[in-house]
Amino acid sequence: MAGEKVNRISLTEKDYEGAPSTMCRGCGHDAITASIIRAFFESSIDPRKVVKLSGIGCSSKTPAYFLSQSFGLNAVHGRMSAVATGANLANHSLIPIGVSGDGDTAAIGLGNFCHMMRRNVNITYIIENNGVYGLTKGQFSATADKGSRMKGGKLNDMPAIDLCELAMTLGATYVARSFSGDRKQLAPLIQGALAHKGSAILDVLSPCVTFNNHEGSTKSLKYIRENLDPIHDVDFIPFYENIEVDYKEGTDHEVILHDGSRIVLHKLTSDYDPSSKMQALTAIHAAVAEGKFLTGLIYYDPDRPDFAEEMNLCETPLTELGQEVLQPPVELLDQINAEFMK
Amino acid sequence: METPAINDLSISIATENGTGSASANNVLFKAIFKMGVPCSSKNMFPSNIQGLPTWYQIRACADGYMARKDVIDVMVMFNDATAAKDIYRVRDGGILLYDDSTPLAANLKKDGVQYFGVPANKLIQKIVPASPLRIKQRNMIYVGALAYLFGIDMETIKEVLQDTFGKKPAVIESNLVCIEAGFNHMKEKGYTQNIARLEPIPNGNKGKIITEGNTACALGAIYGGASVVSWYPITPSSSLAEAIEHYMPRLRKKNGKATYAIIQAEDEIAAASMMMGAGWAGTRAMTSTSGPGLSLMNESIGLAYFAEIPCVLFIIQRGGPSTGLPTRTQQADIQLMYYASHGDTRHMILIPHDMRSCFDMARRSFDFAERFQTPVFVMMDLDLGMNFWSSEPLKLEKEPLDRGKLLTAEQLEQWEKQGKKFRRYFDYDGDGIPYRTIPGNPHRKAAYFTRGSGHDSDARYSEDEKDYKETLDRLRKKFETARKYVPKPVIETHDGVKTGVICFGSSYEPVREARDRLRAAGLKTNHLLLRALPLTQESKEFLAAHDIVYLVEQNRDAQMASIFKDEWPELAAKIVSVLIYDGLPVTTLEVVRQITQHQASARKGAEKWQEKRLTASV
Repeated sequence: MAGEKVNRISLTEKDYEGAPSTMCRGCGHDAITASIIRAFFESSIDPRKVVKLSGIGCSSKTPAYFLSQSFGLNAVHGRMSAVATGANLANHSLIPIGVSGDGDTAAIGLGNFCHMMRRNVNITYIIENNGVYGLTKGQFSATADKGSRMKGGKLNDMPAIDLCELAMTLGATYVARSFSGDRKQLAPLIQGALAHKGSAILDVLSPCVTFNNHEGSTKSLKYIRENLDPIHDVDFIPFYENIEVDYKEGTDHEVILHDGSRIVLHKLTSDYDPSSKMQALTAIHAAVAEGKFLTGLIYYDPDRPDFAEEMNLCETPLTELGQEVLQPPVELLDQINAEFMK
Repeated sequence: METPAINDLSISIATENGTGSASANNVLFKAIFKMGVPCSSKNMFPSNIQGLPTWYQIRACADGYMARKDVIDVMVMFNDATAAKDIYRVRDGGILLYDDSTPLAANLKKDGVQYFGVPANKLIQKIVPASPLRIKQRNMIYVGALAYLFGIDMETIKEVLQDTFGKKPAVIESNLVCIEAGFNHMKEKGYTQNIARLEPIPNGNKGKIITEGNTACALGAIYGGASVVSWYPITPSSSLAEAIEHYMPRLRKKNGKATYAIIQAEDEIAAASMMMGAGWAGTRAMTSTSGPGLSLMNESIGLAYFAEIPCVLFIIQRGGPSTGLPTRTQQADIQLMYYASHGDTRHMILIPHDMRSCFDMARRSFDFAERFQTPVFVMMDLDLGMNFWSSEPLKLEKEPLDRGKLLTAEQLEQWEKQGKKFRRYFDYDGDGIPYRTIPGNPHRKAAYFTRGSGHDSDARYSEDEKDYKETLDRLRKKFETARKYVPKPVIETHDGVKTGVICFGSSYEPVREARDRLRAAGLKTNHLLLRALPLTQESKEFLAAHDIVYLVEQNRDAQMASIFKDEWPELAAKIVSVLIYDGLPVTTLEVVRQITQHQASARKGAEKWQEKRLTASV
């Protein structure tokens, strides 16, 4: 379209869209989809190099609503982490983005999720967290806060699983929390995750307007808005741009990502260093105690190699190897046969 | 006085597991193999690491039969815990070899067998200084004693030790001393026996290998291009994945880098999901597991079936769930494989029966998976997978990898020029197999969104009843196409013979021998070795051509027979099931017994017999 803004690879933001959404009107997930589209567009990522993965649930439907030029796999409930692990090893040159929900990730898929992070599989893993099972109509999930009420009034008396805390403990190397309604913060955080090589976990609060948006819920739009506690403003600068940002020595933090892109974190209230796991854990606990949602880049570890590197994979993706590599010479089989004769 | 049988002998060795008996048994078995005598071994071991009874049964057989021999000629009684039962396992006139460091308990004395004592405990105390090694090397003493009794040359044993421990001269020496002590003791005592002799057969095993089915499958998978291997430890399948781990670095490293990824997953659900992810992404992906793991994998198998993702599952069957009989053999997960997952699903299964077919089918399974874009099973069992089998060398058939209907960007470009649109799930060729693209294909029309059964021919989300039925019908058509591709049964027929025997997998050897015995007793049979599911026309014709067909399988409920009967109900009455399901490798005698018994009562009608047999088993 004439006049429409194009990115570095001559695509418009529209080129990153997908099929029309079938979420409820006003669903937080749609806002996250918009941020995902924005992030890919701004980072000028070729959609043909992206794979979209998901499990089961409302959130897991959303990969159909962005990047229609990318391959996508809507897997079974809770298994996206493991599916992504396999896909990543098969072709580590692709950029994987996974979208999951709190049921998919924190309940049925918790084990696989933990082990994916333990392996530091390269992925941008977004949890659209609304504390409720939407697609099965309103049961509590494992991220529902203790004391939160269900639509019918039922009280949740189990403590919530904090996915960011879990992620840090288990070895994820890029851990962020954000809010579906804060595109200014969310889009650069997604860009950062895409530039990072390793498990990038984004726990995104995303109110369910149909089943969890009432008085007494701690995941309603109103409650979340009132209790957001951003630790910094986030700027993302892609590797191909040489922009100077307003950077305050001593209080702002600059994070250099694996592809050379940068994230600049501007201090809001107090000093926060995302490279310190202890500080991050303390901050999360303090926020939870106050009933606040800490948002921003909570933790970052640039040093840990991702799983494909750990596995010493050759540079060519396994999917592109031909028979000359895949099938060893017959002489080696003869050798082994000879060993079996002993 | 009995004339010794030449090269026809079965030895059962009873030990406690964790006492190093595996090394001793291995030396004994390989020494007999090296003499050129055809031989096989069956390891009947517990699901335990130390202290429970284990039996290792070696059969030497000049005629080359490799099934577990139904009688035990020699029992090595080296486990006090089972001795009271072991004395009854040996045949009348057989031999019991025991440790006579202390006198034999009165309850272990039995008439009609010959006892030979070797004071293993006393000897080992003299030879091996007190150390953990002492208990392990004690077992080498029976190797020496048996070598003396049956005529295994000490030079042959030295060669085996050299082959086995070549890089550790001290280990060779310490084992040899123990073996010699056993040998010399028997010699000094002047013991003789007359039941059997082992005699070298020049070039008898020349060119033959010894391996296990799991190893042969592992090598076949590697030569078939397996690239992502995700698995979770479970007996008896672990050794398959471990063999892949062992051989991959040697066979598939390039410039120091891995051209493969092997992942020990956190559970079988993850193993199957990783496999599915890798298969979807476009590489040759596999897993190996057993019944309980297969149960956990069912959900992903269903998605792979409906989303049409190639992958290969090696299923090494064993007994039952949980603490069940994980170290015993079964063919009782046939239907769990064939119909794996929910919804209308049925799957291709390849069924090896010997080491060469393990290698060959493992290799080709990846071609089938890609050709048909579906999960393919390689059906194994513990007997085939974990026991030593002698075999002709593994053989690589050189043929191009079949990637099936996989479209490159260039081909898509051609399609576009021809005005042909890429539709992921559209049946262009009328064979039910659609065309496939894989992620990373740079063509702008290559991408599609993969999901479960709710999609149309263009891979769009759909809950439309027509789309759903179309998908189901096309998948069924694809399955019908597969009938023409799967390995055909191997059939042996003779003019005028109206009795048939069908078997598959590890039942092949006992059935081969049973048919020879039945023929000697006057019953000629034809034979069909089943090598794959879906069933093919050849099996139908075989059923039709016979009055009665014995179908041998290792489960209680005649699972394979049910598949036959479901396929051809009009021929169902011809099938008489021979069912063996005690968890042990099938013996020839049991096959012969069931067939003979049925023949004898055939006049009373097959149905009645079946009924009686079923009641008896309850």
